[in-house]
Amino acid sequence: MKPDSIFNSLDISHYIYLSCVLFCIGMFGVLMRRNAIVLLMCIELMLNAVNLLFAAFSSYMGDASGQLFVFFIMVVAAAEAAVGLAILVMVYRNTKSTDVGLLNNLKG
Amino acid sequence: MQYLSVLIFGLPVEFLVLSFITILCALYVVTNKNPIHSVLALIMTFFSISAHYIILNAQFLAIVNLIVYAGAIMVLFLFVLMLLNLNKDSEPQVKMGWQVAATIAAGLLLVVLAASLHKSSEYVSRNPVEGVGLVKNLGKYLFSEFLVPFELSGILFLAAMVGAVFLGKRKTDDESTEMEETA
Repeated sequence: MKPDSIFNSLDISHYIYLSCVLFCIGMFGVLMRRNAIVLLMCIELMLNAVNLLFAAFSSYMGDASGQLFVFFIMVVAAAEAAVGLAILVMVYRNTKSTDVGLLNNLKG
Repeated sequence: MQYLSVLIFGLPVEFLVLSFITILCALYVVTNKNPIHSVLALIMTFFSISAHYIILNAQFLAIVNLIVYAGAIMVLFLFVLMLLNLNKDSEPQVKMGWQVAATIAAGLLLVVLAASLHKSSEYVSRNPVEGVGLVKNLGKYLFSEFLVPFELSGILFLAAMVGAVFLGKRKTDDESTEMEETA
């Protein structure tokens, strides 16, 4: 570890705060937007906030397991995006819209 | 890797600038009315997160993040957006009260998360190892300790691929008439 490394001048708490802010922005988007494709993007943003926190902890502690978890999260995110977008295209074919507010058939 | 030692408010300047870009682009993603602009801002966010990975000495992760997220997932999003022909006019309207409620809920979550996590840095043993984020080290872990999750994620990918193809397949004419008859 070099003396001028970022790990000396920067506490991990700043990465924790940054990830919290990113996660909350993602959740804000999920709550506020009604366009299904933007909703999926906000979920990606939240997943990335978690990834950043995993990578920060892994680097500060010198443990590679955290970075491998990030790979698995990426795999899940890719699978989720593929299936989610396929569902979205199908919904668009039926309703001619990506508004999630229209999908209220199960309300009873 | 040599870092700038310029400190602003006691923080390294590269961290501040990158965090600023990340948060600004993320806010642009959620507040912008045009979905295409949202996708482009999200790509920008992923680039700045990759830069964060590089200053965290997670070099391989930075490249994979660029290739998988900015390269594959966001291109998929862009393709679907252009396929559906969405623009500003087709954006669904959200009520003002709902927006205020979303802002308050997200702000409260931020307060709770920050308050519950701000002490956790005391428990992190600061022990950075040189080269922990390089391919050699990560590959060694991936194919020994994490071999079973690795194989399982392959199966997950296969299932997701089959599911996406099945969902995205347009029904042929006799199939759809069959569906209408049974319905």
